[in-house]
Amino acid sequence: MSTATVSVEAMEEVTAVFADEDSEAWLAALSAPGPAREAACSRLHDLLLRAARFEVKRRRASLPHLRGDDFDDLAVQSADDALVAILAKLDTFRGDSRFTTWAYKFALLEAAVKLRRRAWQGREVPLEPETWNVFATDNPSPERRAEESELLRELRVGIDEVLSPHQREVLVALALNEVPIDVLADRLNTTRGALYKTLHDARKKLRVHVGSEV
Amino acid sequence: MTMNEDRKLIKAVLGPEGPELTCERCFEELDRYVELELSGADAEATVPGMRAHLEGCPACHEDHESLKALVGSTEKPA
Repeated sequence: MSTATVSVEAMEEVTAVFADEDSEAWLAALSAPGPAREAACSRLHDLLLRAARFEVKRRRASLPHLRGDDFDDLAVQSADDALVAILAKLDTFRGDSRFTTWAYKFALLEAAVKLRRRAWQGREVPLEPETWNVFATDNPSPERRAEESELLRELRVGIDEVLSPHQREVLVALALNEVPIDVLADRLNTTRGALYKTLHDARKKLRVHVGSEV
Repeated sequence: MTMNEDRKLIKAVLGPEGPELTCERCFEELDRYVELELSGADAEATVPGMRAHLEGCPACHEDHESLKALVGSTEKPA
């Protein structure tokens, strides 16, 4: 369990604008010198581990090949990583929520990303449509309305004609093939934020193409 | 495909209407947004664009669902 340091000035600034006593106590303890800080880090790690285990429990059905020990290792690793992230970003805590809620999100994120990566470990990430049949408009169905059929046809054309190759790959992987964005970010050596920006721009182009409001 | 499947596909491809937050901003605001939701306040009014982003980004949507479930199950909102 590694830790990071936080400047006293930054902590004074944060605690000055934050009214919740429990959160203020967390911040004071985590910025205290010596054993008090170590004790606070240990308590925070316990809290993060509970959050990580909560997330693992919610998602374990998606990973039937993993054993109980694997899940707990993953939860512990998530709590470790979340603690490091929190201590490094402690001076960004604005007090808009309770400290525990703010801290939980780091543990949940670490666990969710690790679980999504594990679920796709060893799997090929499809960047091309597994099938274009979903856009096919020549298979009339009584449940398929003409309006949706026409829109799907236009979208199929738009994906081919108005998107850049990179936008097309990202849109197909994320929106059609349901590849998790963290997994795709790893494979393409980029970030979640950058990929979502690409997806957003692609969607915007397609909305213009089909005449929908942007 | 059924009409519902068509609509789901169209929504996945076109994404949410209107302005939305980025993933980074979503993560920054997630704790505040969840506490506001759990307290019954109008979270979207305080964090405009969050709802649209959660509709358009499956990963952030999952993170939001998890935090809301965890906080809701362990503590009462402030």
